[in-house]
Amino acid sequence: MAAPPTEAHSAAGTAAAGHGRLTRWIDFRLPFVASLEQHITGYPTPINLSYWWNFGSLAGIMLLIMMATGIFLAMFYTPDTSLAFDSVQRIMRDVNYGWLIRDIHMNGASAFFLIVYIHLFRGLYYGSYKYPRELLWILGVVILILMIATAFMGYVLPWGQMSLWGATVITSLFSAIPLVGHGITTLLWGGYGVGNPTLHRFFSLHYLLPFVIVAVIGLHLIALHQHGSNNPLGIDKRGPQDTIPFHPYYTIKDMFGLMVFLLLFSIVVFYLPNFLANPDNSIPANHLQTPAHIVPEWYLLPFYAILRSITFSFLGIPAKLLGVIAAFGAMVILFFVPWLDTSPVRSARFRPVYKWVYWLLPISLIALGWVGAHEPKGIVVTIGQIATFYFYFHFLILLPVLGKLERPRPLPISIAAAVLGSRAPVGGAAEGH
Amino acid sequence: MLKTAAALAAVLALAAPGAAQAQQEAPPPPHQEWSFDGVFGTYNEATLQRGFQVYQQVCSACHPVKHLYFRDLEKIGYTADEVKGIASKYTVTDGPNKAGQMFKRPARPSDHIPGPFPNDEAARAANNGGLPPDLSMITLARDGGPDYVYAIVGLGFTKPPAGFVPVPGTYYNKYFAGNHIKMPPPLQPGEVKFDGTPATVPQMAHDVAAFLNWAAEPNLDERHRMGFKVVLFLVVAVIVFYAAKRKIWSRIPH
Repeated sequence: MAAPPTEAHSAAGTAAAGHGRLTRWIDFRLPFVASLEQHITGYPTPINLSYWWNFGSLAGIMLLIMMATGIFLAMFYTPDTSLAFDSVQRIMRDVNYGWLIRDIHMNGASAFFLIVYIHLFRGLYYGSYKYPRELLWILGVVILILMIATAFMGYVLPWGQMSLWGATVITSLFSAIPLVGHGITTLLWGGYGVGNPTLHRFFSLHYLLPFVIVAVIGLHLIALHQHGSNNPLGIDKRGPQDTIPFHPYYTIKDMFGLMVFLLLFSIVVFYLPNFLANPDNSIPANHLQTPAHIVPEWYLLPFYAILRSITFSFLGIPAKLLGVIAAFGAMVILFFVPWLDTSPVRSARFRPVYKWVYWLLPISLIALGWVGAHEPKGIVVTIGQIATFYFYFHFLILLPVLGKLERPRPLPISIAAAVLGSRAPVGGAAEGH
Repeated sequence: MLKTAAALAAVLALAAPGAAQAQQEAPPPPHQEWSFDGVFGTYNEATLQRGFQVYQQVCSACHPVKHLYFRDLEKIGYTADEVKGIASKYTVTDGPNKAGQMFKRPARPSDHIPGPFPNDEAARAANNGGLPPDLSMITLARDGGPDYVYAIVGLGFTKPPAGFVPVPGTYYNKYFAGNHIKMPPPLQPGEVKFDGTPATVPQMAHDVAAFLNWAAEPNLDERHRMGFKVVLFLVVAVIVFYAAKRKIWSRIPH
């Protein structure tokens, strides 16, 4: 390693060159402007990102909206089983704009999951998890799991019927784990059932986890910026003709997408705020009365359906434990996708078979969502079992085998060549570099 | 112990499909016209005031509206003095006073509207074991919202179909889950004296359902008004940002 650069030397050599003395002074100590230039204004981004690439930044903004509204809700919410439900009603009725803040937070959870699911399925279609972005993908799965935990605990806080009974069902799942299961449930509950200690610790963790998510998003972004964004063609950037600076091209495209999202989101918040709400959660929690149907929020329905689809024991493992393994396994399996998919080609555009079978995965998950929302009897169970089977088949058999058998179509020589054709500049870029 | 048993039951119910069946499903309540439906929907003060009369003179015999304060009634068009007058007819327990005694006093606008029973046990004891639910969130707490309330009190108490097995102490209601409801038919024609409007059962049912929708969502008018402005603003923003995006991207071939 060479000796660290002196201030005089570096001032000319870093990205802050060309700035005033103050900026150079700061940047030598804290590379603020230089980082902005490296990661935003000058960050080289493929020229061909479609609107499917909007959902990453959108998810980040949604998290900020959730944290901002959540912080204000926490100023008025009381995590005590005797007060929680009424404190939420106080927010809805008497706190200035409390109804607005809560409706944003409540529907924001659904919007956040919708955005993240689209983001995830974009990654699956365009092979964004493949070399060298495996860790980027894995960090994304970590974020998803943290989000699920956060959302689940958040749903408990209003202390309605579905809060209590959802918490009861989900925490009880851990008791299926041999040996340590009951210990884990007791630890989650802080007692021998879902009660006041549970509500207090869920509130505490619900406030904590978003900050953990922020940290993991930081890692996710560092990993992203190491090799840059994938793109719809799934081929590497070959040179400056393939890229444009992130700002202003993608900042404005992201802003436009954000406005479209906010428009749709506002329609829900202002005109359909209870569209996704379960009526049972407007009834205060009651330990003595089980709701007729215990259903989670829509974004967890597929996992819930997988859990209930395992109605049989296998190899001496009881059905309940097997169901728990299958449901949690559906999240864990995502970690291994970079290695389960053996195809050397990233984008489904150049994979004639995968391009079609890809859609069976979202279809099976939508089917599972439908199954999760309905009573498990008759045809519902059968559909759930077929969809669960397909979900695992897709990842464990189809992805590895298809990668070996499929003959991909020829890849374009460069992004610029494919996107611009004869208009592609030869041997250099006009913009940004 | 009960909690654990209940938790276990819930888990078993989901592990064994078909084992636990819900109560018999009731038909979905037919949709009614509401002044507060749609983007420009607002509450109608005359309707809400009539609905409050129905609640006060009929429903409140058994059902509380525990999230409502008397002062909230100003939002449905009663003057501050009228609200004081309404509140003063109720008695609430306050205290302790300097002698350490709880005492009764007339209610003030800042008090919650008191319910008919001191606690759930008293409510059950007076109602044949049934607990009349709180009504201040009922339109949020039931599928169908105000349509459900209207269907239960305005449409549901019909002649039971052939083969219906009555249960002592209950009434047939077409729209109630399981069809056995402990509440007797609450509305009789002319039961409430309205100013000018004939107090028919459909009229009273409509008005009380609208009132209860207001009780559950008192901010609906403001929400609709603000939503219109926000949506309009964002429509403009979408157009502006789209134009800006087009303009900026026109600098490069893509």
